[in-house]
Amino acid sequence: MSDADTLFRLSSLNTAYASCIDADKLEEWPSFFVENCLYKVTTADNYKRGYAAGVVYADSRAMLQDRVSALRNANIYERHTYRHIVGMPLLLSTGDEIKAETPFLVIRTMRDGRMDVFSAGVYLDRVREEDGKLRFVERLVICDSQRFDTLLAIPL
Amino acid sequence: MDGTIVQPGRGISQHAWPPGVTRVPYWVYQEQDVARAEQARIFQGPVWNFLCLDVDIPNQGDFRTTFVGEMPIVVARGENGAVHAFENRCAHRGALIVLEDSGSAKDFGCVYHAWRYDLCGNLASVAFRNGVNGQGGMPKDFDMRSVGPRKFRTTNFCGLVFGTLSEATPPIEQFLGEAITARIRRVLTKPVEVIGRFTQPLPNNWKLYAENVKDTYHASLLHLFFATFRITRLSQGGGILISESGAHHASTTLAPAQTPDTTYRDAGLRSDKEDFRLADPGLLEVRNEFGDNIQLQILSVFPGFVLQQIHNCLAVRQIVPRGPDAMDLHWTYLGFADDTPDMRALRLKQCNLVGPAGFVSMEDGCVGGFVQRGTATAEDEESVVEMGGSGTESQSTRATESAVRGFWKNWRELMEV
Repeated sequence: MSDADTLFRLSSLNTAYASCIDADKLEEWPSFFVENCLYKVTTADNYKRGYAAGVVYADSRAMLQDRVSALRNANIYERHTYRHIVGMPLLLSTGDEIKAETPFLVIRTMRDGRMDVFSAGVYLDRVREEDGKLRFVERLVICDSQRFDTLLAIPL
Repeated sequence: MDGTIVQPGRGISQHAWPPGVTRVPYWVYQEQDVARAEQARIFQGPVWNFLCLDVDIPNQGDFRTTFVGEMPIVVARGENGAVHAFENRCAHRGALIVLEDSGSAKDFGCVYHAWRYDLCGNLASVAFRNGVNGQGGMPKDFDMRSVGPRKFRTTNFCGLVFGTLSEATPPIEQFLGEAITARIRRVLTKPVEVIGRFTQPLPNNWKLYAENVKDTYHASLLHLFFATFRITRLSQGGGILISESGAHHASTTLAPAQTPDTTYRDAGLRSDKEDFRLADPGLLEVRNEFGDNIQLQILSVFPGFVLQQIHNCLAVRQIVPRGPDAMDLHWTYLGFADDTPDMRALRLKQCNLVGPAGFVSMEDGCVGGFVQRGTATAEDEESVVEMGGSGTESQSTRATESAVRGFWKNWRELMEV
């Protein structure tokens, strides 16, 4: 696969991922990952210092399903939506496993219409093909800021 | 005059407080003059404020910047292991002296006019003190010791560094009382290691969060994660310990009578509603690392410190006020330095329970804002704080607001309200 093809497929994956979350189809969100995945939301500072904890930390697709299940059935928060704006991936390595860094911006719109820049940062991804579809083996969400306003319910 | 009309505040003395602490008037969360008075009377008063962890500044010259109330401060390791803390404010024109969150330094220099400070916060040099080419400079009799940022007394308890500006603050163990010191010692048995730091800005007065931490009544009602996934039962034992002063608390949830390690899984598997069990129960493969049957312990030290043990998920939280209607919550997630890789992996999973995205804590991020907004024009109305009676004593139930009343008892005393 040429780099151009890889970029196109990765961009399509990222666009579908963002659309899934922003359109509140969270039940489909875990399917973007392989079964033994790692999904972590952390900060640039924690990442730089090697601090392993995340505000969200899932080392299996089942944990992502549990996240969604908790959001739907247990957790309480005021209604809000995200709009992900995802940039062009920077290919770090290609082959059976693709490594890429992709910038993102998330605008949060609250129930009363208030909009804020909720988060900006990069996705550090390891991606591989499974059943003809690219899936995340690892998606580290490295937020530029250490501040998470009010709460983080919907995934980034 | 430019014609601007300045609306004077009502002044803290003009607000009424009903007798006792079972009714809390809402003006306490709203007024700028209250927030300013709290800086002097509470945070700079006779209390021990959490500053940082001892392990944050292991070597001479290591420092961290943080806050006591809204006051920016520097905590630094000086000679012979001593910990110094001082206001992060240059004696000259008041600029921040240190601009980094943490680091290591021989001394500190203000960038504005290059006045320098030693690790204790003493003014050590004034640029061009004797002028340039015989002209200018400071007066000959200027005494560098006569000015400087305010300095804290510091103390280290179980690896937690506390500081106070008041001469009246009793020694830390006396301040905390026997029950609370024992509860801190129970968790902080050996050196810790930081595994993550996050800041959660909350759209509410700092006291609404301080109360929330001490409010054992809300836990099983607002936070439905454990109940929904049938992980704990509301009838599980536990209770609340409150220091004699009423200022500090430790609430506990006891493990059910069965062995805790398998209870969760069994409960999940027995559940008739297949939808409501965790697909990956690894999060709850709890290890009994403290050798007792306490599964959860939430501990607060007045005014703004929290030590949390939720299963194997350990963290300290620091409340930083930001004016009357906002605050920052500083989370530091911890492991023990001697954690095995398995244990550390378990802690990382359990960290999902807490923090801004925590399964059992995210609601606390928004609920204070609900109160702040709900009471927008209710400054002369009162909240009802009467669960478990009117006292501030320890109770063997969590269906009580005893510790919340203890907070207000201390707040009123210090604020002289």
